[in-house]
Amino acid sequence: MLVLSDFLILAAILFCISVAGIFINRKNVIILLMCIELMLLSVNLNFVAFSHFLGDIGGQVFVFFILTVAAAEAAIGLAILVVLFRNRNTINVADLNSMKG
Amino acid sequence: MIEQIVFYCFAAMLIFSAGMVVSMRNPVVSVLFLVLSFFSCAAIWLLLQAEFLAIVLILVYVGAVMVLFLFVVMMLDINMTVLREGFVKFLPVGIGVAVLMLISMGLIVGSSQFDIAAVASVAQHDPGYSNTKELGLALYTNYLYPFEIAGIILLVAIIAAISLTMRKPRTHKTPKPEKQVSVKRKDRVRLVKMKAEKE
Repeated sequence: MLVLSDFLILAAILFCISVAGIFINRKNVIILLMCIELMLLSVNLNFVAFSHFLGDIGGQVFVFFILTVAAAEAAIGLAILVVLFRNRNTINVADLNSMKG
Repeated sequence: MIEQIVFYCFAAMLIFSAGMVVSMRNPVVSVLFLVLSFFSCAAIWLLLQAEFLAIVLILVYVGAVMVLFLFVVMMLDINMTVLREGFVKFLPVGIGVAVLMLISMGLIVGSSQFDIAAVASVAQHDPGYSNTKELGLALYTNYLYPFEIAGIILLVAIIAAISLTMRKPRTHKTPKPEKQVSVKRKDRVRLVKMKAEKE
């Protein structure tokens, strides 16, 4: 019998893999964006699991909104990436220091 | 029993493909593994009786967002050797942080408080139950304003993406009528008085 903590642990493993991915792929913006997508996926998995086990449809509505915002974020992020590559000819994070932040 | 087998198969596939996403050398392969992880997550959502969201994840997310990723990755001509620098250097740090987070999260979510099985009334729906209908009812009544805000966010994303990536139109060699009509004779014609030349 599957219980709630099975799904929560799976989501936690997924989240930790994507955090590790952000650490080890510090130079590549594309992989960083993909790791953020994976993080959002793990959070969505949590929402769906709670929605099923508590019998509340609200969790799935939240997943719907998270998917919407994630799609918008991916579109704008990739647009910024394309403009960046066109102007600087690199996507290395270490080279993107023109704002001196 | 069959549920558990399906769950563990797709969970193993999800974790394997997520690991491949973060460790692959070629970003195109990473995107394809990301698609695989979305597919296995959609299967797990089907197991959790969230059919509408599972289909949306595959159709919208894999079909649109991941294809957009794939387009961008293939369009950019990236020198991967530079971008792979520091991969080995940060590997211990990344794994250490991940393991630490996993242990602390696992202690919380693995405890007996989250050990609940499905509520009996939820687990057995009547045959005419429709997840899409339930979701639609919630979305268009209680969550109507967030739904409209989500639409506006998508509109803003469209405008931002287009205005960021649109290039300035090329200057065409077309006549400009307003300048043509205002031209005077002295602007164009120059009378030169000179002596006749002999050969």
